[in-house]
Amino acid sequence: MENKKSWKEIPIGGKIIEAGNAAKYNTGSWRTFRPEKNDKKCINCLFCWIYCPDSSIKVEDDKMAGFDYEHCKGCGICASICPVKCIDMKKEIQ
Amino acid sequence: MANIKELAKQPERLSGGHRLCAGCGASIVVRQVLMGTKDPVVVGSATGCLEVATTIYPYTAWKIPFIHNAFENVAATISGVETAYRALKKKGKIKKDIKFVAFGGDGGTYDIGLQSLSGALERGHNFVYVCYQNEAYMNTGVQRSGGTPKGASTTTAPSGKASYGKPQLRKDLTAIVAAHNIPYVAQGSASHWNDLVTKAEKAFKVEGPAFLNVISMCHRGWRFPQEDTIKINKLAVETGYWPLIEVENGIWKFTYKPKERKPVVEFLKPQGRFKHLFKEENKFVLEEIQKDIDENWARLERMCEASCKVA
Amino acid sequence: MTKKNLIPFTGDQAVAYAMKQIDPDVVAAYPITPQTEIVMNFSNYVANGQVSTEMIPVESEHSAMSACVGAAAAGARTMTATSANGLALMWEIVYIAASTRLPIVMPVVNRALSGPINIHCDHSDTMGCRDSGWIHIYCENAQEVYENTILAIRIAEHKKILLPVMVCQDGFITSHAVEGLELFDDKKVKDFIGEYKIEDPLLDVDHPVTYGPLDLQDYYFEHKRQQGEAMKAALTAIPEVLKKFEKTFGRKYDFIETYKLDDAEIAIVAMSSTAGTVKFVVDELRQKGVKAGLLRPRIFRPFPKEKLITALKNVKAVAVLDRSESFSAEGGPLYTDIKAALYDSGIRPLISNYIYGLGGRDIFPADINKVYVDLQDILKTGKVKTPLNYLGSRE
Repeated sequence: MENKKSWKEIPIGGKIIEAGNAAKYNTGSWRTFRPEKNDKKCINCLFCWIYCPDSSIKVEDDKMAGFDYEHCKGCGICASICPVKCIDMKKEIQ
Repeated sequence: MANIKELAKQPERLSGGHRLCAGCGASIVVRQVLMGTKDPVVVGSATGCLEVATTIYPYTAWKIPFIHNAFENVAATISGVETAYRALKKKGKIKKDIKFVAFGGDGGTYDIGLQSLSGALERGHNFVYVCYQNEAYMNTGVQRSGGTPKGASTTTAPSGKASYGKPQLRKDLTAIVAAHNIPYVAQGSASHWNDLVTKAEKAFKVEGPAFLNVISMCHRGWRFPQEDTIKINKLAVETGYWPLIEVENGIWKFTYKPKERKPVVEFLKPQGRFKHLFKEENKFVLEEIQKDIDENWARLERMCEASCKVA
Repeated sequence: MTKKNLIPFTGDQAVAYAMKQIDPDVVAAYPITPQTEIVMNFSNYVANGQVSTEMIPVESEHSAMSACVGAAAAGARTMTATSANGLALMWEIVYIAASTRLPIVMPVVNRALSGPINIHCDHSDTMGCRDSGWIHIYCENAQEVYENTILAIRIAEHKKILLPVMVCQDGFITSHAVEGLELFDDKKVKDFIGEYKIEDPLLDVDHPVTYGPLDLQDYYFEHKRQQGEAMKAALTAIPEVLKKFEKTFGRKYDFIETYKLDDAEIAIVAMSSTAGTVKFVVDELRQKGVKAGLLRPRIFRPFPKEKLITALKNVKAVAVLDRSESFSAEGGPLYTDIKAALYDSGIRPLISNYIYGLGGRDIFPADINKVYVDLQDILKTGKVKTPLNYLGSRE
């Protein structure tokens, strides 16, 4: 829970001057299912990356490097479109 | 042609942590469109799902400059930003090449935003306008817009004992925009990412206004499971419901044609907003919808042929 | 006696010339009578390369203010101009411009709001948006509106203010009547207004900013507090600008103007061109030994309460002239604001209201004289028989 600031402490004009600070907001807590990948089956087509609404597929060195669980909302699009079906949606246990 | 591995090397411009619904089609559209240029971009957005969910004070998911003004005026607002850019560049106060893109939903584009869009196009500002077309005023609860298709049930034109949903066809905004004689107009779909990114690249490259009308999935308003976003999106294209076309300097062209167009009911059936059309008394609407799609496709083929001939 | 070099300009031409000397980066404007001459004259300057301004010929006033918000947020010095229904059409964005703290300067040629449609002078347009968070300056004549358009730039851009400014003149009466104007030297204007610099411009792509976020119940109030504080700060920051203006151009302005008010027993409060007529009548009355005076508020927002109270402290009977009806059933906006200001002050002149001049209805010295006669009567009887009056309408 962030400490809410007084009118003297925030920039004027409603501006948000810290670009991309939504990254600090955890939308991963929305999930009821989480994606998990079978690394052996993955062909690194990166379709999951280009279809993710939440920019939550990590790509490193042209390879699918995992999920950003801080922000992944568990929508299941990645599992649905994966051409080799290497992503499973598992129930989130929390 | 876009190379996905090259695209993945570009820095992400929209961060995670925004509060669009899980499985929202709008952010997929935005991410892909922004891959169309490596230059710095300033984004404007009309009021709507995109703006509201990505900029809840004090958080912003935009890692690039962003402005929201009001509902109907993103085109006018970006006109101002783009003009300021030209004014300051002319005076040597800005050295970089900067691109400008305005995002508006069908609400903020087909209806209330049509005037400011038309004005910006006529004036020839150098910007890209992207309509993320989810076929209703989704942010405020699925109210009908000028972009809602015939037969869809929305909260202000719902299906009922005396109605089969929206009786009117949706506007052909792509044709309206093309009539402004701007250098580049296209219809795209995030399901066909290569086609969309290529179109975005062209749009950002042209001198003058460019317009991308991109069908945008909304599993809440259209009523289908969230994981089917891309599956339903592909059907929109494969049935000819949303043709992938472009108009480059007045020449109309299909950028993708399915080998055989699937019957439109395959696209309509999985969606709750069309469920009522499958009742016996409404089946005639399904026939009308198929007929409308066939006629629209034929019209587009005529446009392609005619505009090629003149060229 | 040195011969002054007077240039014949209408109020609109004067504003266009001020804009030429200001040479804003961007102007986005849409024509509406009686502002049209401003846009047309300025367009000529653009067409002849006499300014560096990029002009956006927008398709409506709503888009004019929208484009101004975009351009100002981007980092450009931005201006527009409008009247009446044009202002009404851009109303939504006028509020957004102020809340985004963008120093846009907008000359407004006061014209009656429809309906029915009327293109002539009254103050219903700018009075209608007195709550918008803009600074409002009302000018009596073309010389004043010329000078105050230039002044407004530095008021808007003052670091403690950063609020947009409306510079008002009476439609047709001032905007279309020719006066002999003394114009400032180009270089002096350039030096006075200085370079445009705002924090966090959109076009600084290396430091990306988000403008216009969704503010929920937890932050909107605080942003509005900031706006309110800026308007309060303007009461002390504007005098700094006025001082600099006097130093540069030798012209002294205050929040108000008083005319033969020091020893006045009866006074009229009136804004804009009508004040000129009142001055004429005051002179006549003074000849007859009547202690009449005039108080002319110039800056209406922020409301210069202290200055007004001080000016009226010895006046026994006051008539406030309002060139707009706010349909409160209680009186016009200037009257109610002044009455409220006097409430706690310990000063209680007998005060009455005259709504006049709506839709360009002419106001004559005889009408003003009638008000002073009423005031004399009020002074004699010690009573205000009718607090709310209509001056010049056929009853």
